Amino acid sequence: MGMDKDMDLIDEDGLRLDGRKFDELREINIEAGILKRADGSAYLTWGKNKVMAAVYGPRELHPRHAQDPSKAVVQARYNMASFSVPDRKRPGPDRRSVEISKLMSEALEEIVFVEQFPRSAVDVFVEILEASAGTRCAAITAASVALADAGIPMSDMIASCASGKIDGHVVLDLGKNEDNFGEADVPVAIVPRTGKITLLQMDGNLTIEEYEEAMELAINACHEIYDIQREALKKRYSTSIDSYEDLEEV
Amino acid sequence: MKEIISKITKEYLYTLLREGKRIDDRGMDEHREINIETGWIGTAEGSARVKLGDTDVIVGIKMDIGEPFPDTPDKGVVITSAELIPLASPHYEAGPPREDATELARVVDRGIREGDVVNMSELCIEEGEKVWLIFIDMHVLDFDGNLFDACGIGAMAALMDTIVPGEEHEVGEDHPLPINHVVVPTTFSKIKDQMILDARLEEERIADGRLTVTTNEEGHLVAMQKGLSGIFDHEEVMECIHKSVDIGESIREYIRGLSEEKI
Repeated sequence: MGMDKDMDLIDEDGLRLDGRKFDELREINIEAGILKRADGSAYLTWGKNKVMAAVYGPRELHPRHAQDPSKAVVQARYNMASFSVPDRKRPGPDRRSVEISKLMSEALEEIVFVEQFPRSAVDVFVEILEASAGTRCAAITAASVALADAGIPMSDMIASCASGKIDGHVVLDLGKNEDNFGEADVPVAIVPRTGKITLLQMDGNLTIEEYEEAMELAINACHEIYDIQREALKKRYSTSIDSYEDLEEV
Repeated sequence: MKEIISKITKEYLYTLLREGKRIDDRGMDEHREINIETGWIGTAEGSARVKLGDTDVIVGIKMDIGEPFPDTPDKGVVITSAELIPLASPHYEAGPPREDATELARVVDRGIREGDVVNMSELCIEEGEKVWLIFIDMHVLDFDGNLFDACGIGAMAALMDTIVPGEEHEVGEDHPLPINHVVVPTTFSKIKDQMILDARLEEERIADGRLTVTTNEEGHLVAMQKGLSGIFDHEEVMECIHKSVDIGESIREYIRGLSEEKI
């Protein structure tokens, strides 16, 4: 947001820089269970974003004073690879990734049945391998699939997407230039089965009407993303069933 | 946290090795399947994802302009780092690189630097003032043993994939990174008296010693590193060196093939 604009973000046909309509998502693909060591994992591509998520746990939480005798602690870590952005990022957490990690941990804790695993930790690690706007939404979306892939008991997954405002129009899922030169950005995450909002941030400038429009776009998109998340899990576990059938034939 | 292994697996591995067998039926000098994919990260100047069996690493190259070191005012600078991120193993923790990551980065760095892989003189823009900096960042995604070879091969393939972003920095045209030599590391693990190439995790956990030999296309040695507390005798080291030259050659052909495909 807030960078001086030197380009039109919408052309005369009402299409965006990458040819998308106002309410159109970038292409999203999710693959579950791609890592061997992790208890659960997911690889997500969202436009040019490349995101990998891994889940370990429930496992013993260190240091012990951080343990909660009544429930598990969900610890999410959002980390950007140094080569994920045009100007090399210094490795290690910065203020932005610390904030995103905290919001992710809080959002995910809500869906995990944490009371089943007192004193333990559920660790969620998300690596941004290539970044192109909307990485926090991509991170939460991938993390949810990795949690499910790890077999962690949970009430639902979380689906996340941002909407925003560019050239005076409310649009879905801002791309890189739209994020830099647009007027507002609203990342949202919901628990799709209940429709409840579990992550909400906003920066920029919106009227109340525009905010409502942005939320509607984002929430509809979250349901679309939820379908992609579920498909990824189905694909992962239907393959297992197939190979099981193969075994029986032998 | 340390990698641990159950007694029963340990005994099983020893028994197999005594019979000249390995847990995945490989020969003693046989690599796991290697898969290299270059150009994987759009935001990097060069990149490679290497899968060595289930070990999975990404190497990204970023370039920037900066000051040269005072003792090499007319040469570019290479900075190599490795991140053993907690995504890759239940035993890795977040935080600054610890000694294992540092050793890994330094061994890969030594192969590239001493192997004269990049023509560093061509990376000088203005003597004593402005040179190209090459950042080699190695990101481990899934750890199933032998990061030295996976990262070393990845770094080499990523460098060969790299385009120097001259236009963006207004110092001339974009061009491929000038490469002098293609170096390949091969790592042997010693378990009791048996030497095995490319140990997977279970094997690495019971290894007494480790030896990485990096060679170039002339069959010369450019870097070596002995690790862990186990000891080697001269004949064993010589055996590793000879094998390293042969095995290195076949991997080198694979890496070269990737950049030829691109042209």
